[in-house]
Amino acid sequence: MTPFTAILRKDLRVELRTLRSLPAMALFAVTAFVIFRFGLDRTSLDGELAAGVLVPTLLFAALLAINRLFVAEREEGGFELIRLAPIDRTVLFAAKASALVIYLVVLELIAVPIFALFFLDTASGLVPFALVLVLADIGLAATGTVISTIATMSSARDLLAPLILLPLLVPLVIAAAGAGEHLLSAGGPDYGGFGKWLGLLGLYDLVFLLVGYATFDFLLED
Amino acid sequence: MATALQQITLRRLAIVTVAVMGAGYALAFLYAPQDATEGFAQKIFYLHVPLAIVSLLGFIVAGIHAIRHLRSGDPKHDARSYVSIHISVILGLAVLLTGAIWAKSQWGVWWEWREPTLVSFLIVFLLYATYYPLRYAIEDRDRQARYASVFAITAGAFVPLNFLAVRLAQPYIHPRTFSSSGGLPGEMLLAFLVCLAGMALLWLTLVWFELDAKAASANLGRIRRALEAS
Amino acid sequence: MTLQSAAVEGRPAGARSTETAPAIEARGLRRDFGDRTGLGGVSFSLLPGEGMAVIGPNGSGKSTLLRILAGLLRPSGGEVRVLGCALPKETYRLRGRVGYLGHDPLLYRDLTARENLALAGALHRMDPADAAARIDSLLESVRMANRAGDRIAELSAGMRQRIDICRALLHDPDLLLMDEPDAHLDPEARQLVAPLIAAGGDRTRVLVSHDREVATAGADIVLELR
Repeated sequence: MTPFTAILRKDLRVELRTLRSLPAMALFAVTAFVIFRFGLDRTSLDGELAAGVLVPTLLFAALLAINRLFVAEREEGGFELIRLAPIDRTVLFAAKASALVIYLVVLELIAVPIFALFFLDTASGLVPFALVLVLADIGLAATGTVISTIATMSSARDLLAPLILLPLLVPLVIAAAGAGEHLLSAGGPDYGGFGKWLGLLGLYDLVFLLVGYATFDFLLED
Repeated sequence: MATALQQITLRRLAIVTVAVMGAGYALAFLYAPQDATEGFAQKIFYLHVPLAIVSLLGFIVAGIHAIRHLRSGDPKHDARSYVSIHISVILGLAVLLTGAIWAKSQWGVWWEWREPTLVSFLIVFLLYATYYPLRYAIEDRDRQARYASVFAITAGAFVPLNFLAVRLAQPYIHPRTFSSSGGLPGEMLLAFLVCLAGMALLWLTLVWFELDAKAASANLGRIRRALEAS
Repeated sequence: MTLQSAAVEGRPAGARSTETAPAIEARGLRRDFGDRTGLGGVSFSLLPGEGMAVIGPNGSGKSTLLRILAGLLRPSGGEVRVLGCALPKETYRLRGRVGYLGHDPLLYRDLTARENLALAGALHRMDPADAAARIDSLLESVRMANRAGDRIAELSAGMRQRIDICRALLHDPDLLLMDEPDAHLDPEARQLVAPLIAAGGDRTRVLVSHDREVATAGADIVLELR
């Protein structure tokens, strides 16, 4: 078992055992949908409104997981364990980002069908939209892991992570909502601009995976 | 001795800055023709756009200083990164204010979501504004500097991506943008370039000045502590 | 046994009786925390296989010294070489060769004892079969084999300590650094643990303790910090 696998399995195992993040994320998302139903006074959404409700909700739910991502490492000596081991500390970045992607995908597997149930007239746009979401999840995980580490080591941790992260995630929101506007339109998915949004997402993912990979080591020193 | 030399050079830089900026704005107001469609208020373009360009470059420079800081561990790179961000944030605020003034004079509104530069700047400003709470929230000075550098690199990489994203979010080239139609006529271009140079020099002067001031106060602190210890 | 009661001198660095390279060599080792001195200039030399006891009052820097030797903390001044690696530059070469038992156990509360040890083994790139065998043997030695399947959160402080000792020894480190290994242990447990952390083989040991007698028994050098 490689160190990467060991750490990833540890995270998934702990989450399955304690269920600290996933239920909260899913519950938050569904409750947010209800709030939007009343806030917008709409029972059916499509196009830009659908994307405008779904994407930010998933984003805010993701923040719940991101806030908790390194709590055990900080409080139970996980960082020291990693730093004492003869491994590249970037492995922790890779493992945590992967865990985060998995949590986000699970969240979407729960929240998106419920969203469709509540608001969508046609679900045919959801399959291509799933691709958009997965790409966005990767970018979210890359940036989220770095910022979560920074916030965890500071004194204002719960506040700092969303504060720094939200502006950083705007391009993802633009791309995901932009794609969603077309894919979730009332008459079925429309692929206008699809390539452009996928391109932006891919670029974002690449840039921030690189940034995370290059800088994570420095976050764990001392 | 070295600091005395630096003092002279800083003063010279400040003088050159004032000279170039003076020349630039003289050109802008007296030499460059008034824009046919936008009228006198278009002149704010000579302030707003240089501010924007220099501020953005400043953020990227801060990211480069941050990379050097992480690689060398030398705190002077951290100081440069910190001050670069500081000055760029101040200029960024000026970008938003001048942008609002221009929008008001042009289209009668204080804010325009369809203006990609303004919107991108707002996001960038919101991001870099978190630099300060981030630094204050970490007590250990070494760690604070390292984390700030990671932030500066992440944010620096973010700036171009953000501009691209916001641009893409505009489906059409909306007429309500700050880019003048077509290319700039020669006189305007000249005035603009001089203003741009002046703004860049201003940024450099302010950064240098603040670095100097910080170094001086750090020295003062060291002397004071040494006195107290003995 | 050499007992130095002068401020911070162990065996003076550089004065070696044999040709063997020291396992740890420190000269003027210092660590500051802002304006506060966490560890004053410390110098000593420890040969392979020897044991050093570090004693001193609270706040004298014992734990700080241990963390520096483990490569977890960067010194502010002075020089130190651990197992031939100059810290902090060559810390990466030291990783995996040190067993560190800190003030708090490095164990995930929601994993079982065995899972924690398996994780530690994987992080140290141990062969899974070897690791499993060693885990079983260590658990047996500390009489925790029957609780190996319990989550750390369910164990008492003394039991966690025993598991943590297993974790520190799992990869058979050349150097063992222990910060009050007896802290939560009852006398019975201490008896169990003693042979594991005592002299045996050529494992160099550094032990931090409040208890002067416990620490200095069996130590080749005693370092007293003020």
